[in-house]
Amino acid sequence: MQEITTTHKPLIVAFCCNWCSYAGADLAGSSRLSYPAEVKIIRVPCSCRVNPIFVLKAFQRGADGVILCGCHPGDCHYSTGNYHTRRRMALMFSMLNYFGIEKERTRIEWVSAAEGAKFSQVMNDFAKTINELGENRRLEDLRCKK
Amino acid sequence: MQKIEELMYKRASEMLESGEVDRVIAWKKGETCYDVSPATFTKDNLEGFVYDAFCGANLSKYLVEESKKGGKILVFLKPCDTYSFNQLLSEHRIKRENVYVIGIECQGKIDANKLQKKGIDGILSVEEKGDKLTVKTLYGDKEIAFEEALSVKCETCKSKEFAVSDETIVLNEMRDNREKRFEAVERLEKMTEEERYAFWQAELSKCIRCNACRNVCPACTCTHCVFDNDKSGIAGKANADSFEEKLFHIIRSYHVAGRCTDCGECSRVCPQNIPLHLINRKYIKDMNEFYGEYQAGAAVTALNPIVDFTKEDVEAATVVGGKK
Amino acid sequence: MIKIKVSLLDDLYKKIAETYPLYLPVEVAGEVNYGKYNSDSKVRLDVLKTVKSPKDAFFPQSENLVKFKVDGQKIEVIDVREEAKPFVVMGVRACDYKAFDVLDRVFLVDPLDTYYQTKREAGIVITAACGRPDETCFCTVFGIDPTDPKGDVTTWLVDGYLYWRANTAKGEELTKAVSSLAEETDGKAVDKQKEEVKKILKKLPNADIKPEVFDENMLDLFHDKKWQKLSEACLGCGTCTFVCPTCQCFDIKEFITNDGVNRFRCWDSCMYKDFTKTAGGQPRPTQMQRFRQRFMHKLVYYPKNNGGLYSCVGCGRCVKKCPQHLNIVKVIKAFGGDDNE
Repeated sequence: MQEITTTHKPLIVAFCCNWCSYAGADLAGSSRLSYPAEVKIIRVPCSCRVNPIFVLKAFQRGADGVILCGCHPGDCHYSTGNYHTRRRMALMFSMLNYFGIEKERTRIEWVSAAEGAKFSQVMNDFAKTINELGENRRLEDLRCKK
Repeated sequence: MQKIEELMYKRASEMLESGEVDRVIAWKKGETCYDVSPATFTKDNLEGFVYDAFCGANLSKYLVEESKKGGKILVFLKPCDTYSFNQLLSEHRIKRENVYVIGIECQGKIDANKLQKKGIDGILSVEEKGDKLTVKTLYGDKEIAFEEALSVKCETCKSKEFAVSDETIVLNEMRDNREKRFEAVERLEKMTEEERYAFWQAELSKCIRCNACRNVCPACTCTHCVFDNDKSGIAGKANADSFEEKLFHIIRSYHVAGRCTDCGECSRVCPQNIPLHLINRKYIKDMNEFYGEYQAGAAVTALNPIVDFTKEDVEAATVVGGKK
Repeated sequence: MIKIKVSLLDDLYKKIAETYPLYLPVEVAGEVNYGKYNSDSKVRLDVLKTVKSPKDAFFPQSENLVKFKVDGQKIEVIDVREEAKPFVVMGVRACDYKAFDVLDRVFLVDPLDTYYQTKREAGIVITAACGRPDETCFCTVFGIDPTDPKGDVTTWLVDGYLYWRANTAKGEELTKAVSSLAEETDGKAVDKQKEEVKKILKKLPNADIKPEVFDENMLDLFHDKKWQKLSEACLGCGTCTFVCPTCQCFDIKEFITNDGVNRFRCWDSCMYKDFTKTAGGQPRPTQMQRFRQRFMHKLVYYPKNNGGLYSCVGCGRCVKKCPQHLNIVKVIKAFGGDDNE
């Protein structure tokens, strides 16, 4: 389970809040800070738009890691969205781990629009972790694998 | 239990006779000792009225439909069932004014499947004698301790208090095993990820997607379930892939998280005896630890932790780990 | 007839599995269901009833029918059927074996179901006689003899031996393959067990129900007021239909993969709200109607189309497994099919 396959190209799904982390990614780009190509960003209006089903669906479709990025607690554009995210995802990630899914595969980070450097660093770090973990085998849907 | 049944029967017939209630929801005797079914009784027909150690079914969900039909209903609820009733009240699923609740004594229910697992097959009748059960079978009489035949949901019974009742029929001190409630969850938590994965993989591989756990659940009262909705993107009937089972059970339990009163019906009805309550109970345990003690259904006005928040909530990374 | 020591059963499974994929009752996480044999399998031939019936072997709960691969504007249709290779299903009880007959009359008539047909023809069935009937059993009501089921091979588990009798050419061939483990026997022990079991069969609480009450006027039965009462506790789950060896309804669904579409069929349950739902809606909007459909199908419609053969075989799984204990026995008795009354 832990072996690193050289042929496997990991896929990371990053749900990014439109108001902060997505802008943070933009800033990272315009500041010429790189983040790994395996990170695929899905823009959401608020981190609390992310239904737990989205996380599972991402894994089903072949993601090896899922990361949620939202505004720092207290800074939500809709005032309380990310507080809800925090509760929901703490429970959700805990449950995934309870089912034996590696806890490193899921992560939640608060990244503001000004934190391009943090965005890049978070994504690099997460991609490194996922690369070390290798392919997601425990929450995969074989029908979606080639 | 015999005595309780008599008292229940008396109250039911009195109330029907006086016109205080129009219908009674209780349990009805079946063909063998264990095949008791929930049923509604009316004034002229109380035949088959029963209350014994096989009356495990939680009657509160039937009130969702029944209380809409008009007329007053008498319902008998065991302590654990009263929590479900309360939870349904707080979700405005039951018309309280149409229901008269009698809380009844429960000493734990027994499970015929469990008897079979203990090697007692061909069950013809079961008789309670103190803390022992005498089982008449096709292959002779057998004896087993009541405790050993106890239904999974009663092994860790959480309450002997009634969350709600208009009157109660209780003669003896009731069972309360709440200190054992999280033992099994803790055992799983102590395992490694690999072991937990193997455990759930084996358990969920048995799932036949019969939806009994969903349909019996008093917290599952959506008129159109997400798993039946073709537009939801996760509708599914088949156990086509091991992913489907995990998706179904994670989402099913998540949907009732914070509303699940831990009545244990899901595990009782599972034809494959998957310990589904361990999934729901993990959410309950997590919520208790992360956000403070909460018992769904204990109070009608309480705010479910999953729709609530505080500014000081713990971070997922702190409680789950995950950062290397 | 030959017999094989119980201690040699593992060798027997291995021997069969060398040539054929072998499906038999195995225990996983405390429950016994049919599964493919491998050296780690915990085989439970002694268990009377698997939770799910062996109908999975010929009519799997979900089965891919065809795949579509999409590449730009091109759509490729891929037939996913593999060439049928012989396989063995072992430990099939008399009731479940009879259920194959019920399924055959649905899938092997026009329009022929080739998915079922290929599996059915490739399957070699080893039946197992019942040595210890359960209180839920009522197969004798449907004229089934649980002590001597048919199939390609019949087996009996008696006093530390597995007695083995080949019934067909396929069975003979299999017998040859395992003969090195076996010894000849006159089968007296089997006869003794048969007699003992027959005594028990007479004592079964449901042995005297009369499904013939459903031979009466179909419309009267259909409009009977009892259905409402009988179905009132029904949850609308699919347990009874999914553990049933004769339920044969399925739904055809599609799953969108990352590069195409899998069209598959999966068991459907007449107890479900969306059963046979069409653009026009649901033909049976209430649970009572759906509940009635199940029993009318088993006891009225199916026999009318199949020369009086009921599509219930009395395995008793629904009796044990229904969450609220509504079952076919209660239904038959409610309509007067009870000798004791």
